[in-house]
Amino acid sequence: MDTMAAIKQTFFQECEEQLTEMEEGLLMIEREEGDLETINAVFRAVHSIKGGAGAFGLDDLVRFAHTFETTLDGMRSGKLEITPQVVKLMLRSADVLSDLVRISRDGGEMDATRVAQMTEELSKAGGMAPAPAVQPAPAADFSFEPVAAGGDGAGVDEFGFAPVQISFDTLISEDVAAGAHRFEISFTPRPELYSKANDALRLLRELGRLGDMEVACDVAALPPLDEIDPEGAYLTWKIDLSTDADEKSVREIFEFVEFDCDLSIDVNVIGMDEESASQTVEAILAQVAAEEAAQSEAVLPLAVEPVSAPIEPAAALEPAPKTPVAANQQSQPAAQSAQQPGATIRVDLDRVDRLIDLVGELVINQSMLAQRVTEAGIARLSDVAVGLDDLEHLTREIQDSVMAIRAQPVRPIFQRMSRVVREVADMTGKSVRLVTEGENCEVDKTVIERLADPLTHMIRNAIDHGLEKPEDRVKAGKPEQGVVKMVAAHRSGRVVIEVSDDGAGINRAKVREIAVNKGIIEADAPLTDAEIDDLIFAPGFSTAATISDVSGRGVGMDVVRRSIQALGGRITISSRPGNGTTFSLSLPLTLAVLDGMVVTVAGQTLVVPLSAIVETLQPKAADVHGLGEKARVIAIRGSFIPLVDVGSVLSYRDEEADPLQGVAVMVETENQSQCALMVDGIIGQQQVVIKSLETNYGHVFGVAAATILGDGRVAVILDVDAIVAGSRSDVARADANRKRSAA
Amino acid sequence: MIQVREQDATASNELIAFRLGEQEFCVDIMSVRDIRGWTQTTPLPHSSAYVKGVINLRGAVLPVVDLAARLGFDPAEPSARHVIIITQVGHQTIGLLVDAVSDILTVDSGAIQATPNVASDLARTFMKGVIAMEGRMISLIALDNVLTQNQAAGQGLLN
Repeated sequence: MDTMAAIKQTFFQECEEQLTEMEEGLLMIEREEGDLETINAVFRAVHSIKGGAGAFGLDDLVRFAHTFETTLDGMRSGKLEITPQVVKLMLRSADVLSDLVRISRDGGEMDATRVAQMTEELSKAGGMAPAPAVQPAPAADFSFEPVAAGGDGAGVDEFGFAPVQISFDTLISEDVAAGAHRFEISFTPRPELYSKANDALRLLRELGRLGDMEVACDVAALPPLDEIDPEGAYLTWKIDLSTDADEKSVREIFEFVEFDCDLSIDVNVIGMDEESASQTVEAILAQVAAEEAAQSEAVLPLAVEPVSAPIEPAAALEPAPKTPVAANQQSQPAAQSAQQPGATIRVDLDRVDRLIDLVGELVINQSMLAQRVTEAGIARLSDVAVGLDDLEHLTREIQDSVMAIRAQPVRPIFQRMSRVVREVADMTGKSVRLVTEGENCEVDKTVIERLADPLTHMIRNAIDHGLEKPEDRVKAGKPEQGVVKMVAAHRSGRVVIEVSDDGAGINRAKVREIAVNKGIIEADAPLTDAEIDDLIFAPGFSTAATISDVSGRGVGMDVVRRSIQALGGRITISSRPGNGTTFSLSLPLTLAVLDGMVVTVAGQTLVVPLSAIVETLQPKAADVHGLGEKARVIAIRGSFIPLVDVGSVLSYRDEEADPLQGVAVMVETENQSQCALMVDGIIGQQQVVIKSLETNYGHVFGVAAATILGDGRVAVILDVDAIVAGSRSDVARADANRKRSAA
Repeated sequence: MIQVREQDATASNELIAFRLGEQEFCVDIMSVRDIRGWTQTTPLPHSSAYVKGVINLRGAVLPVVDLAARLGFDPAEPSARHVIIITQVGHQTIGLLVDAVSDILTVDSGAIQATPNVASDLARTFMKGVIAMEGRMISLIALDNVLTQNQAAGQGLLN
């Protein structure tokens, strides 16, 4: 069972890759950059998903993938013209397919009507009846149970095995023409075919979908029961198939098993004379040989196995199609080299994390060693010191390389957004184009994963609130189609992602009005434009007058800001009336290290996350004012900001320190309020490796995590929000006092 | 205490014995990961007095418990002679600050007696049993409770 689960997991991992490939291809086609090979790639991806899904009995997925695949095939063969509408349909189908895959993996209910509707649209576009498998319970017809086939009981032996003739007629939809080709196929699986988890029944079922088929099972090779190897293969199927599909489609069904079976496919074009038929067979044999030669040249992963290059159906009708075959021979290796992906391996994430941990220790150890050497009074130019410098260089390099393992391009998340754009555009009736740049920008895997929700929300907002209605856009002299742009770029050790729209920009008067109505600001508060824009991030703020399906999901931009801050990032907004709004996210490249300011408080060394710090300053006596019994504020540029003594909040000391002796670190909390943290001194800025305190101890109030400094000692990283909240909450303070006295 | 009796009476246990002031204690050797000299700890905010702070053990951050203080004795004044016994308790690794490691004992499970019925709650919470050996009495420490109460308090602070 475990092995099965593992195989299934691999299947879903591969599905992810194939879905990505599919979507990438479709987007390329949408931008009109695609060629036949792109369509082929999309087709292959869907086909592989279908194949795997069949093996796991994921029937819904198989059914939909089949319909999808059939329509794609129409596109591939040129029967279905590639129009923007068709591509849009394909993209939406791709969304449904991804959902189906996800539901198959994680469980849950798929919206059946949506699938049915999509299936219908696809079938309509492909000019065919709905997929046969959708018809109720045709599966019974395939079962190779010893059915006493009408009148043909001659072959029944003592085991009850009978050569069964099964009509697949019920499977073939009425529209399929009588078939331009007749294939005589002899299919003898070898034991390897079964041991690779392929199933002859499934292949036959696939074949049955192509046209009118008669199957006879040849049991001549079946030994007596006591000689049967349970893992052997003894059956041969003789298939007589009439179809309008070309040989390629037939051969494709056996694509994954062609080396594990004896397969012969003889084609007779109906109404063709004997001579030309034999020539066609010759041509086919030549092509098969070419394929085999091409495949032996390069060992490729299954997913990029070359689909046999298309023989035009027309070509088969003509006598002596020798030239097209030669052309195929040449084009194949070229297609292969274009498809060859970079060599990759799949590694368990835990192993990578363990490696990152170890390298972190190496870095710490190295700096400890350096410190000891300095302490020992060894001259800077001695061999030891020089060697240590080299070591430092190497360790940093190792650290960077190891971090790079976890880094992944933002491409998948950008692609996911293109789906969000489609959905929201449909829902709001706006026409939207998504432009992305810098998809190859790499960020830590966890950062990428945790970006999905905030970005989705921002895209929704951009379309729903940012872009005007098409008629308003025309009135404003803009093109009817709105543009949402996502740009990722590396900037000074961080990754910056910008989401912008070319809409109307923030309606500041309205934002202000709402903020006043909701009691977020005073009616006469003097606010700059930037401050008004920032109100969008205020908790409880939502500009939509009515809660729409799209962005009014109960989470506002405050949640977006919080999740970005939880990642150690920052979000800012800029807006120009009439020209649109830009949100920019600045994120750390990794969550394993953090940029921090190392400070001292009551003899302890602490780290304050740099992302929270606005500025630092030395308080002057004139600026510090008492407020009430104990609280103090500091005047900075005309506003009063609460002073928080870190030492007493963390119970490092009982009495608050004199603010004039220390340094005030201005921090901004997640709910936008500013606060000045009093520390005794600043040691410097440093990148620190984040270590969990929860693993061996537990959560500590006011502490986000721990780190190890260059001297090998542990320092705690402050949880700025908790400290500010704790300083305000009398309860927390009383609790801390109680705790201290109890101890 | 009954648990101890229920164990296989003939199984022999290896124990690490250590001193806290005048008394001797021991822990199961299987739960000991390392024994280290005293290193300066980093105090944690809002921690109980018996939590000396956290140390870095090969890249892991782990708490050090002053076992003397935990058992209700006078808190230790750590010096270079003190020793930290690194133990594995469930999924957590914690360090125990003790005066000195004295011995490695091999005793039969049957030799572990129930903790004498004394009034001290602390004794009953942290001791699994006692062992008589060469005229000495060595108390077997139950590691499970060394940190748990502290954590419960920590959680309370959160809310």
